Amino acid sequence: MKTSPWPLILLAVPVFPIAADQGQALYLWQVPIAALCFLVSLAALAGQGMIRAREWRIPVQLIGVAAGYALPLLLLGQGYQLSSAAGLWLHVAAATLLLWVALGLVAELPRPQNMLGPALFGLALLMLWEVLTRGFEVPRVLLPPPSGILGAFFSHGAELWYDFHQTVVRSVLRGYVIGCAAGFAVAILADRIPFLARGLLPLGNLASAVPVIGIAPIMVMWFGFDWQSKAAVIVVMTFFPMMINTLAGLKSAEKMQLDLMRSYAAGYWRTLFLLRLPTALPFLFNGLKINSTLALIGAIVAEFFGTPVVGMGFRISTEVARMNLDVVWATIAVAAVTGSAFYGLIALAERHATAWHPSFRKR
Amino acid sequence: MPGQDDAREASPPIVDIRHLTLTYQTADKPVYALSDINLTIHKGDFISLIGPSGCGKTTLMRVIADLEQPTSGDVTVNGMTPEAARLQRAYGYVFQAPALYPWRSVERNVTLPLEIMGLPKEERLARARRQLELVGLAGFEKKFPWQLSGGMQQRVSIARALGFEPQLLLMDEPFGALDEITRDHLNLQLTRLWLQTRKTCIFVTHSIAEAVFLSTRIIVMSPRPGRILDIIDCSDLPRERSIDIRESPEFQRIAHRVREGLMQGHSYDD
Repeated sequence: MKTSPWPLILLAVPVFPIAADQGQALYLWQVPIAALCFLVSLAALAGQGMIRAREWRIPVQLIGVAAGYALPLLLLGQGYQLSSAAGLWLHVAAATLLLWVALGLVAELPRPQNMLGPALFGLALLMLWEVLTRGFEVPRVLLPPPSGILGAFFSHGAELWYDFHQTVVRSVLRGYVIGCAAGFAVAILADRIPFLARGLLPLGNLASAVPVIGIAPIMVMWFGFDWQSKAAVIVVMTFFPMMINTLAGLKSAEKMQLDLMRSYAAGYWRTLFLLRLPTALPFLFNGLKINSTLALIGAIVAEFFGTPVVGMGFRISTEVARMNLDVVWATIAVAAVTGSAFYGLIALAERHATAWHPSFRKR
Repeated sequence: MPGQDDAREASPPIVDIRHLTLTYQTADKPVYALSDINLTIHKGDFISLIGPSGCGKTTLMRVIADLEQPTSGDVTVNGMTPEAARLQRAYGYVFQAPALYPWRSVERNVTLPLEIMGLPKEERLARARRQLELVGLAGFEKKFPWQLSGGMQQRVSIARALGFEPQLLLMDEPFGALDEITRDHLNLQLTRLWLQTRKTCIFVTHSIAEAVFLSTRIIVMSPRPGRILDIIDCSDLPRERSIDIRESPEFQRIAHRVREGLMQGHSYDD
């Protein structure tokens, strides 16, 4: 594989202005720090092509990328304006293309070093976000830079923690456990008593078609402002996915295996515990995974309709009204990380519990 | 061996079937799966049910196992109804596929019926070890079914059926999905097992060679409606058999008679 030629657009940087000082365009040789960063990137670009061992190209390339991403932040620190500095943005673009090449090499590394790829990609995305929002002076109300969001974590840390505690620990976990357990129990019952399944399934379709913003205000009226109403919304949202998945799982045992249990004169409960529930496990975990994201959405939306003055949904709605978008984004970040962690935890448990399933098997 | 036959006739039959008929009601017309079956199976017999697909051989075995209900006629297993026999765990059933539980190790698959019967743990493990040794799978206890070949999986399922020591072993084309070399090997193991354990076996197959090699009696069946065409006694062949026996004139003669019976059954349709 020959190296991609695109990072060579770096060579065009000196032709365009690198920054502006009170409307006055400045070129590369007029700003020492810009010249330094340019030379570092250029040296890295030239140097990496001369290294034979591919894996050793990566650190050199990353130095070139770092110089390209650091420069706009350094210039902003010195009070220059960047929005019309074509040369600078060309430099950032060249650095991004060089990163692309580096990520291609990282992907070829063996595990676990290739896990560096996603991490670098995420980091680069944050850097570009920071550089572009600040360089083009995007209003904070539209999109704050990551550094602003990080700042909100420090300035509003205590609030964010109380919100997390109220929404996740008090509402989501309780509602999730009640909803999933109820869905599971009713599915077992409906499997035993077929007319119950026939009656409940259409009702389930109906309930899952009702939007959460329709149920939430009603639940707040019924169960009050605190976590009970949020848990109730979550129970309504999670009950039917769990029930439908459990029912499908209970039906997934093969006829031959059921006959086998019958030939052992095994009764209903033994067949349930020894055969049908283990076979249903992949379905149960599907329900649990779907519900893990539904539960968080349900709690946050429900908090829009009334809550004690704490909670992630409450925080988002009030801080939006106060144009305090840094805090809103920080809350969104907490929600995203929590949701992913919740899902990941269940996926991990699934891997552990159903290691025998064809999708996970190792010989 | 007339003396031995007399002794067999004297003991009560393990399976006794009189005028058994089974009809399925389908949307357009009834299907006659089994029609007027009469069959007596004695202790120590190895009976093969042979016939083309759809002749009701599997259905007949499922009736004996109480997995299917007859429309009319009388069936007794160990002198009682099939249901009572099933509840007393009178038979072990080996299916067409191994039907092992992938979440259980080989050992725990074999101990599954013993667990249901409520045997203590040491007894369960001891029996599993013994049965796995008998089918030539010692040392594979901790493996999982999906780590074994098809032939090994089917041997595990035979060990599982033998584990709770039933007097009657029902086998529904257990080697049907396996290649011929594995099949020959398992047939040989099965005759040895049968001689060692003295179980009564009922074996469904559509391989003539397999039926003649294994059986003391062969039941030839024909489809639509499923009925018994011929019952062939194989007592001319020695009880202890090796693969070479297939070259002997007795073997050829019996195989020929089975083939003729099967052809006769087919001429109705053509």
